[in-house]
Amino acid sequence: MAKIMTKTDRCKGCGLCAAHCPKKCITFTDTMNSAGYYPIKVEESKCIACGSCYTMCPDGVYEILA
Amino acid sequence: MAKSAKVPTIIDKPMGFCPGCGHGIAIRLIAECLETLGYDSNVIFGIGVGCSSLLGGGLQTDRLHCPHGRASAVCTAFKRVMPETMVIAYQGDGDAYSIGLSQTTNAMYRNEKFTLFVINNTLYGMTGGQMSSTTMPGQKTSTSPLGRDCGATGLPMRFPEMVASQFNAAYVARGTVINPAHINKLKGYIINALEAQKYNEGYSIVEILAPCPTNWGMTPVNAMAHIQETLIPYYPLGEFKTREKK
Repeated sequence: MAKIMTKTDRCKGCGLCAAHCPKKCITFTDTMNSAGYYPIKVEESKCIACGSCYTMCPDGVYEILA
Repeated sequence: MAKSAKVPTIIDKPMGFCPGCGHGIAIRLIAECLETLGYDSNVIFGIGVGCSSLLGGGLQTDRLHCPHGRASAVCTAFKRVMPETMVIAYQGDGDAYSIGLSQTTNAMYRNEKFTLFVINNTLYGMTGGQMSSTTMPGQKTSTSPLGRDCGATGLPMRFPEMVASQFNAAYVARGTVINPAHINKLKGYIINALEAQKYNEGYSIVEILAPCPTNWGMTPVNAMAHIQETLIPYYPLGEFKTREKK
């Protein structure tokens, strides 16, 4: 079951989520999004749905599913 | 057990802030607190001029763009004619403290029953990073290229401390958005400030130390570290005036 949903079109690639992820499962993609940034991608097998990325994200990219 | 978390519907829209800007986090916290208190459809924002104006584009609720620095004066009127509505003034430090110092001070002097959120990033962000009254000593900005000379321009203003010590406000606090622990603490301050308004206790203000990676010339992650190392020693965090226990 998915733990996390991302709206990568909103991502501006600031990297605050990646810096605060306790499992270091957030990295950046090589493909540009519609806003012209390189957005994040989440390695879901490592994710523990702690919500740190949701808390740090200034742009509402993340949604944590219970 | 993981807890679900979703961006509140009133701000669920892409916003025009720079990458890593603290505004986005502060706005989300305010919207979450409004949802918790059940005021997300009974709220009006008085939005200042500057980067705080970008809030208007992403917000799905009532708001008014106030003249520069005058959000506190406009919100005074809002609250007096609509006492049942949550009234929030949302401003930056240049707007609330430099240009609108008179309006901001007079509103708290009269103990108007609305809430002011000030995003303090120590400069005027939108207009190109000019020096404001909260710029740190020695900080380089576009109008202080050699660093702020406090002998000629005064010391950075600690406004919440002034409110707490000199005026009869209901709730005064300062928080920051540098890491999840501080963000959760800040959320507690915001809830308290909005509750102080809900129960008609008086004026409440929360100052939020936020990064401006663009004008500071730093990466977003380094800007957060800069707040921890440089800003927090000068602008201490915490509650300066707590609500009276009823």
